[in-house]
Amino acid sequence: MLYGTRLRALSIATLITMTAAFGLAFFYAPMDADQGFMQKIFYVHVPMAMVALGGFVFGGIMAIQHLRTGDPKHDLRSYVAIHLSLILGVGVLVTGAIWAKASWGHWWVWDEPTLVSFLIVFLLYATYQPMRFSIEDRERQARYASVFAIVAGAFVPLNFLAVRLAQAYTHPRVFATADGGLPAKMQLAFLVSLAGMALLYVTLWRYEMASKHTSAQLRALRRKLSGDDAVTPVGRTAAPSLPTT
Amino acid sequence: MTLVLAQATTDALPDNVGYVAAAYLVFFALVLVYVVIMASKLARFERELAELNDLADERRGGLAGAREREPEEAGTR
Amino acid sequence: MSASAGERTAPAARPEPPAAEPRVVPLRTAVRALLRKELGLELRAPQAVPAMALFSVTTLVVFHFAIQRGQVGGDLAAGVLWVTLLFAAMLGISRLFVADHEEGGLDGFLLAPTDRTALLVAKAVSLFAFLAALEVIAVPAFALLLLGPSPGLGAYAQLAALLTLADAGIALVGTLVGAIAVQTRARDLLVPLIALPLLIPVVIAAAKGTTPLVLEAGARGVDVRWLLVLGLYDLMFGLLAYALFDYLIED
Repeated sequence: MLYGTRLRALSIATLITMTAAFGLAFFYAPMDADQGFMQKIFYVHVPMAMVALGGFVFGGIMAIQHLRTGDPKHDLRSYVAIHLSLILGVGVLVTGAIWAKASWGHWWVWDEPTLVSFLIVFLLYATYQPMRFSIEDRERQARYASVFAIVAGAFVPLNFLAVRLAQAYTHPRVFATADGGLPAKMQLAFLVSLAGMALLYVTLWRYEMASKHTSAQLRALRRKLSGDDAVTPVGRTAAPSLPTT
Repeated sequence: MTLVLAQATTDALPDNVGYVAAAYLVFFALVLVYVVIMASKLARFERELAELNDLADERRGGLAGAREREPEEAGTR
Repeated sequence: MSASAGERTAPAARPEPPAAEPRVVPLRTAVRALLRKELGLELRAPQAVPAMALFSVTTLVVFHFAIQRGQVGGDLAAGVLWVTLLFAAMLGISRLFVADHEEGGLDGFLLAPTDRTALLVAKAVSLFAFLAALEVIAVPAFALLLLGPSPGLGAYAQLAALLTLADAGIALVGTLVGAIAVQTRARDLLVPLIALPLLIPVVIAAAKGTTPLVLEAGARGVDVRWLLVLGLYDLMFGLLAYALFDYLIED
């Protein structure tokens, strides 16, 4: 499967959606009654968090496919998904900290169960790459990584439940109006942001898959042209490699 | 000075702009870091492909030379 | 005619040896045998449990100096107890598969005609047993060294229920993580890194559950909600372990 085919269309779609999203966030959505202008962080922080979590779950699903079929391409998909979600996760934690500082004056608060749960999930997935790296046998590495991805993916909802139970408060006062619901204009801006962030994730995922695919093809081409000796053997690495035929 | 600033925050810029700007900047920075990494990978691919292209040309040159020599040998046999 | 018919049927009448059937060892037998080996090894040459117990007592002493208190009660007491138990458990998890991995027991098991789940059950049960043995020492030590209030028998019974459910969760997660870690080169590092985030829901539920039992003002009943959370966690990880353990053990 070629990953680069729809990349241009995806990138354009992402660009349009994200521009629309931020435009809506800043010019269309009303000012939050409680938090004022800093509530606008919500439109970048929460979509990133949701997409990152979705990415982790997608990584888990690809891992299930990998264990079922044994096809290493699913392992690569899982790896890239988790890798991307981790990067987004850093963004979530940093923007969350900025928001916390703006709202409550501290760079970190334990009152927000969603942010705390996200930290735990992030800490768990941060071990994914070191774990992969420390298993030398490639096939075993891929298999164990898939088991990890499935366990961690199943762990995400359980963890959120547990942390939420532990806390008295609910997550960020995104609700500006007294009736507790998100006003329609804010909802629209949020949904468009979410769509944009999801598109961004898919685009970046395809970019990375295409890049790894290209890399593997280049190796194969070099091997065909120069023989096996010309290709430096892949040393120990955490990243899965596509089989080069 | 403070009066001017107070005027500015209430009229022109809303408060907490710094924080909001920082948050969005973090997001953009992440995406741009990704672009930079992709760029360097792309550069590497370009280089490698050029190398492999040259390699393929040499091969073809060698093959063409071999093909030229064969009819001669066939002729001498 | 009848003679030939008789001849034809005669060979069929001769008793043939039954086709060789693979003798699959039933799960219970396999688990029992494996458990006997695990617990037997530990009983004969105790390594894990004494280490864990000693570590927990030492941790309690460290806590005394770290939090600079002679007595704790309430949520602080619950926290100290559960952190101590959790970190001692990390030691047990790290060692769980080491002997099998290094001395070929794992390969031997793979050759046996039995369901791979038997190993999961045996390892989880033995880890649970080690944790229970650890707690027999650690909880009284904690009560002696740091616990301020003296909870009554009822409170201890409820604590036992919490410990049982929490230990089951730790045992299941520990078996999975131990199986992963034993194949890696940095197993002592990876076990806490992977296991601790996975066990945070257990810590949450166990600590919150224990708090009313060790209150200064007098023990109150444990909130059933936390027992349910632990039960749900155990169920989920039980299912996950059952589904995935085979993939960790195969060659």
